[in-house]
Amino acid sequence: MAAGRIVAWASRVVHFGTGSVIGGRVSLLFDRNLLAELTASREVAIVSATNGKTTTTKLLSTALGSHQPIVSNWLGANMTPGIVAALAASNATDTAVLEVDERWVDSVLRATNANTVLLLNLSRDQLDRTQEVRKLAEQWRDALRATPPRTVIANADDPLVTWAALAAPSIVWIATGQEWTADASGCPACSGRIEFSDGKWSCTSCDLKRPSIDVTVDDDAISIADQRFRSPLALPGRVNRVNAAFALAASSAMGTDLEAAFDALDDVTEVAGRYRVADFNGTTIRLLLAKNPAGWHEALELLEGPSTPLIVAINARIADGHDPSWLWDVAYERVGDRFVIAIGERRHDLAVRLRYGNITHVVADNLEDAMNLVRQSPNFDPKVPVDVASNYTAFQDHLEKVGGVL
Amino acid sequence: MTTSARVSPADSAVRVVSLYPDLLGTYGDGGNALVLSRRLEWRGIAVEHTTVEAGAPVPDSADLYLVGGGEDGPQVQATRELERSQGLHRAVDKGAVVLAICAGMQILGHRFPDATGTSREGLGLLDCETVRVDRPRAVGELLTTKANLATPHGPIDLGLLTGFENHAGRTIPGPNATTLASVEVGEGNGDGSEGVVTGTIVGTYLHGPALARNPRLADALLEWIVGPSAMSPLDDSDVDELRTERFHAARDHELAPRRSWRDVLRRS
Repeated sequence: MAAGRIVAWASRVVHFGTGSVIGGRVSLLFDRNLLAELTASREVAIVSATNGKTTTTKLLSTALGSHQPIVSNWLGANMTPGIVAALAASNATDTAVLEVDERWVDSVLRATNANTVLLLNLSRDQLDRTQEVRKLAEQWRDALRATPPRTVIANADDPLVTWAALAAPSIVWIATGQEWTADASGCPACSGRIEFSDGKWSCTSCDLKRPSIDVTVDDDAISIADQRFRSPLALPGRVNRVNAAFALAASSAMGTDLEAAFDALDDVTEVAGRYRVADFNGTTIRLLLAKNPAGWHEALELLEGPSTPLIVAINARIADGHDPSWLWDVAYERVGDRFVIAIGERRHDLAVRLRYGNITHVVADNLEDAMNLVRQSPNFDPKVPVDVASNYTAFQDHLEKVGGVL
Repeated sequence: MTTSARVSPADSAVRVVSLYPDLLGTYGDGGNALVLSRRLEWRGIAVEHTTVEAGAPVPDSADLYLVGGGEDGPQVQATRELERSQGLHRAVDKGAVVLAICAGMQILGHRFPDATGTSREGLGLLDCETVRVDRPRAVGELLTTKANLATPHGPIDLGLLTGFENHAGRTIPGPNATTLASVEVGEGNGDGSEGVVTGTIVGTYLHGPALARNPRLADALLEWIVGPSAMSPLDDSDVDELRTERFHAARDHELAPRRSWRDVLRRS
C-alpha cells in the first residue's frame, strides 16, 4: 500500500526508535488525506474522553479481537500523526479501534467516517492550555452532525457528553453513575442550571435531561441488552466496570457476541502500565495513574481504606498542564490516616495541599527516597504492594523504572 | 460603602461563605475556604463555612465572602444572580470582607467584557473596570512585591505574593481604589500593578487557591475580622518551601513548563 510505504519510509528517514509519531507527521506533509486513505476499507471505532480513553480503547480492541484482526493506537499517540503511524503498519482491512484526543474528534471523524463513536466523559483538565470543556462538547456535537456515525455510545450521566451525543441519529446510553459533576452545573444547551438528584439530572430552564438508559453499571455487574455480566474484571474499581460497559456496548453494536467479548476482557490485567504490579528495588509497588480531579475521584476509591503508606507524585510539564491548582479540587482527605510521601516536580504544592487536609505527609526527592521512607514506616506491610499514584508524566517516569510498557 | 471592620469576639464562629462554586470555581478556588478555615481552627477559633450555589439566596450576615474565578459564560450568570440577590451588597455595607479572584474581581468592578468582548455592567462594589485588550492571554507565574493591605488595625505588610494567573482582561483601578501590589514577574492588572482594593474588598489575579501560597494574605483577611491579638503564629514550613521554589521559578523565567526529551518522544 502506497500510504503505508510513505509512513515506513518517513519513520526510517527520521530514524527514531519510538519515532512512529514523527514518521506519521512527516508522511502527512506529503499526503494530507493519508488518514482517509488508510481507513477507506476498514471498520473504524473512535474512543474519546477526558479520562479512560486508553483503557477503553484497549478493552474494546480486546473484545473485538477475539474473532478478528484489530489495529489500535492504544499506547496513547492519539492525534492524527500517531493514528496514521499505527494504521500504516496494519492490513488495509483490519478493524481500527482509535483512541482520539478530545480536541481531534472532529478531524478524525471526518477523515475516517467512523461507524462507531464512544464518548465517555468531559471534565476539567490541563486548565492552562486546553479549551473550556463546554467548547469541547460543542465541537463534538458539531462533528457528529457533520459526519454522523452509525452508532454513538455515550455517557448518560454526563450532561456535556449527553448534549453532544444527541446530535447523532442513533445512541446507546450508558448509566455510568458518574459522581464528578462539578464541570456540568451549567446547561450546555441554554446556560441554565443543571440539577442533580437521585441519580438523575435535568436542566431547570430547558428540556435537556438524562436520557432513558440502555446499559447500566452497578457494584458487581454490567447489564446490557437484557444480559447481566457478573464475573469480576481483572482491572479494579467502578471506573473500569464503566470502561468495560462502553467496550461491550460498542463491540455489540459492531456485531460481536457479548459473551465472547466479555470473556476476552478478563485477560486484561493492565493497560499501558496502569495498575501494573512490579518489583522496585526489592519491594512490590502498584502503579496508578490519576491526572485531573475527575480521575483522582475514581482513583481515590482504590486508595481509601488501607493503612499502608502511599506515594503520590505530581509533575506540571506540558503534558500535565503547568498549573497544579487542580490539586485543591481533589479530596485527598479520603486517604484518611495513610502516611503520604509527596514526590514529583511539584511535590511542594502537593505537600501544602496535604497539610491543609490535615494529612500526615513528608516530601521526598524521588521514588527511591520515597521507598526508603515507606520501608521505615511502622505501617509498611511487605506483603501488600505499595501504591504509587502519579499524574501523567510522573507516571511515565515511574513506568520506565519498572520496565516500561509491556 | 463603609471601610470599618467587624471585630467579632474570638469565641463566636467566623462565618465564611463561598459564593457560587458551581459557576466560579474552575481553578481550585475551593482551596481558599479550606485555607481560611484551617488557619482559624489551628488557632482555636471556630469557623462556620457555607457554600452558596447558584439559585440559592446569598446571606448578608457572614464575615467573609469568597468569589472565585471562572469561564466567560458562568461569569455573566453569576453577575446576574448577585445583582438580583443584593445579599453581597448588603454584607459589604455592613463591613464584610470579600476576596474576589480573577473573574470574581472583574464582575465586582464597574464593567467587564463578556465572552464576545462586549462590555457588561458589573456589580460596582470594587472601584475598577476591566477591558479586553489585543494581546495574548496572560498565562503563567505571577510574582509581586510591595504588597500591603490597609486595615483598621493598621497597614499589614504582605511580603511577596506568588501565584498563577490565567486571564485575558486588563483591569484599570478607579480613584477610590488602591492596588494590592506591584508586579515583578507576570501581567497582573496590565499596568505594572496587581489587584484592586476598595474598602474591605480585595480583588486579585492570583488565581485559584491564591491563599495556599500566600499565608500572610490569608491571615490579613482574618485579622480584619478577629483582630491582631487572635492571630497566633502557625508553622508554615511546607508553604515556605513552596514559596521559595516558586520565587525561583518566576525569576529564572522557568515559566514555560519543562518538557524533557522523553516527553517529546512519548507524545509529540
